[in-house]
Amino acid sequence: MVAVSSMDVATSSEFVQLLTPEGQRLENPEYPLEITPEEVRALYRDLALVRRFDVEATALQRQGELGIWAQLLGQEAAQIGSGRALAPGDMVFPTYREHGVAWCRGIPPEKLLELFRGVNFGGWDPGRHNFSLYTIVIGAQTLHATGYAMGMQRDGAEDAVIVYFGDGASSEGDVNEAFIFAASYNAPVVFFLQNNQWAISVPEERQSRIPLFQRAHGFGFPGVRVDGNDVLACLAVTRKALQHAREGQGPFLIEAFTYRMGAHTTSDDPTRYRLASELETWKLRDPIERVKAYLSRGGFADSSFFDSVESEGDELAARVRAACLSMPEPKPIDIFDQPYAGGSPLVDEERATFEHYQAGFAEEGGR
Amino acid sequence: MAADKQFKLPDVGEGLTEAEIVRWHVQPGEQVKQNQTICEIETAKALVELPSPFAGVVGELLVAEGTTVDVGTPIITFDVSGGAAAVAAEPATTDDVGELAHTDAEPTQPPDAADGESSTGRTAVLVGYGPRNDTAVRRRRAAGSPAASAGPPVPPVPTEPAEQALPPTHPTHQWPSVSPTVAAPGDRNGGAESSRSGVLAKPPVRKLARDLGVDLHVVHGSGPDGTVTRSDVEAAAGGASTSGASVTTPRGGEERIPVRGVRKATAQAMVTSAFTIPHVTEFTTVDITASVHAIERLRELPEFASVKVSPLLLVAKAILLNLERYPMVNSVWDDANDEIVVRHYVNLGIAAATQRGLVVPNIKNAETLSLVDLARALNGLAATAREGRTAVADMQHGTFTITNVGVFGIDTGTPIINPGEAAILAFGAVREQPWVHRGEICARWVTTLAMSFDHRIIDGELGSLFLRDVARFLEDPASSLLARL
Repeated sequence: MVAVSSMDVATSSEFVQLLTPEGQRLENPEYPLEITPEEVRALYRDLALVRRFDVEATALQRQGELGIWAQLLGQEAAQIGSGRALAPGDMVFPTYREHGVAWCRGIPPEKLLELFRGVNFGGWDPGRHNFSLYTIVIGAQTLHATGYAMGMQRDGAEDAVIVYFGDGASSEGDVNEAFIFAASYNAPVVFFLQNNQWAISVPEERQSRIPLFQRAHGFGFPGVRVDGNDVLACLAVTRKALQHAREGQGPFLIEAFTYRMGAHTTSDDPTRYRLASELETWKLRDPIERVKAYLSRGGFADSSFFDSVESEGDELAARVRAACLSMPEPKPIDIFDQPYAGGSPLVDEERATFEHYQAGFAEEGGR
Repeated sequence: MAADKQFKLPDVGEGLTEAEIVRWHVQPGEQVKQNQTICEIETAKALVELPSPFAGVVGELLVAEGTTVDVGTPIITFDVSGGAAAVAAEPATTDDVGELAHTDAEPTQPPDAADGESSTGRTAVLVGYGPRNDTAVRRRRAAGSPAASAGPPVPPVPTEPAEQALPPTHPTHQWPSVSPTVAAPGDRNGGAESSRSGVLAKPPVRKLARDLGVDLHVVHGSGPDGTVTRSDVEAAAGGASTSGASVTTPRGGEERIPVRGVRKATAQAMVTSAFTIPHVTEFTTVDITASVHAIERLRELPEFASVKVSPLLLVAKAILLNLERYPMVNSVWDDANDEIVVRHYVNLGIAAATQRGLVVPNIKNAETLSLVDLARALNGLAATAREGRTAVADMQHGTFTITNVGVFGIDTGTPIINPGEAAILAFGAVREQPWVHRGEICARWVTTLAMSFDHRIIDGELGSLFLRDVARFLEDPASSLLARL
């Protein structure tokens, strides 16, 4: 690990960093990364497009088109870096904020909106993308992931599982149980903790007396803190952690030290509990700006590249918006078709009752 | 066409009923872009800026600053007739979207924008894996491969122009350094991915299929809901092996052979023995020239005219005589009862290599047989075993085993005790070697005997004495016989 003085982070900590906020490339013997300018440009494109999508989704919520939206603003590097480290056979268990990882798994962004618009319970096939449905219950997916990894073990598969959660979830029982089971069974699972400093309004320092990555040592597996705003470091560390899991060496905890630059969700107002100066400090560590600086300074990309990514982002936003607005409204009765693929007598009974109830409205209201 | 659009106060915070318009950021007649901030509102939860849902010209502000209105109340109007962005919601692009969505909309998925409107209107299967496994295979490969092999930036369902406008960052050739790791496990991952989601089977069954090289997709599942069971996989594996898999095994590849029958029984016996019996193996090299001469004599005897006589006969005889003297070697450890069972009969086993694998038939009550009958029994045993006709009863209840590794030209080894016995003797190759005989170096017939014994029953002394006396017999059969008399 590298001690980073230039960051001067509130928690004076060590973390793996391969690209400074100023766009300077660092080497780390433990986490070597060979990467071509072309690959860095691809990462930049990922980061920029995902941010643009997120901005559009936030706007759609404010315009009444989505019930709620969980922004990823500020956490793009943690998600793209780790998402691009995955092999096709790896399985992902996200929270409800992993829009960047979903992007890496080939899920059309507009599909993510279906849940937030309330037209279905998640618009993608988890088996096809190896990307589970968003989990709203905090930390629950760490147990699903651990169980899935234990299944992979029994399958004899040589894939790994990665599960995302946050600093707030790290205080939940589920996460700690998952740590214990994963360690006991040496499950091939990478715990990817995005420490965005705030569990809604509860600051990170109230979650733990020690840096969160150090908790892994108590459970008996490795834990590493990585600069979560450094897409290259996130890529290198996650690759190594996945390799560790695939080789049968068991679980691995990555703490991506990052910052939620937006609100927890669109229902939240962060100005009520944190200072504007904190956000300003973190803006200097923006995950996208440093990649842009690296590309520009190294002569690896010119303004036409950045312009083209920007216009591609606008096209993406327009496409997402159009898709969102044209999503068909489900009928209330449709929900009864969704619990079981093959139906169930109880659900059939409930459907009939509900149909009767709705029919009653029609008669009285004359609709 | 008139294009006045109203914007109603949205619920920006999950279940809010009202909000106060704090400040307008735009005025009537002002040109606004989509997502440009038009006003700030304060709800019970937060102070929030509202972005414009349209591009166009502001028509009217319907609510004054400082006024609290219910969610759903129109607050502003726009004239979007000239705005290009407004087309976004028009039917023209809806088709586009429909098609885009359709690309991702597999029959295995809930109906989405495209399916809901353009297809049969049938609600069908909303969740789950869809009805057919075999079509799922084909579909998965076709749909999954771009995403799977590219790994990186797959702009999911991207607009065509955007894709082509950016050749340098096109996802499919962005990650040359990554592609080996992605490509190599491709098959495996493809299989794993599809098998995980497309076929129902429990993890141990998946493991079995993987080990036997059986593709779960081609196995007919006989369990509930088409679940593939262990016996389905085993049956599929059996079918595969009869179809001449060994013939088509590619050079340098791997072959997976189901463990069953003799191989399975042998494996179980060996594991049981190796991991429950503390083995000790001792060796002795012995000059058996006298035995070789004795065999030549025997072959000339009329009684042995029709019988094949080999050094094994005298080894067997030496063991039989000495088992009588050292009965503990002919015993077995009975773990369940904390007893040592000493057998006062000898069922002498001879390990035989057959086409089906290792078989250890034994000669019942071998200690009662005359030398010629013992020779006949040995011959018959070997012949029957080689023909694969050894009866199960002939393989049971052995008390001591000889393994004749010498026939393969091997000098010695550390044999593993046949379960149910206490010792086993390996008879090595008989070679003419320089040997000190009566003070002089001369060519002698020499062999090595190795005996493994159960150290719970047989101490080093007993084992050594037994092996020594077997060796002494072979060194000088005549005097050993005399000594016994």
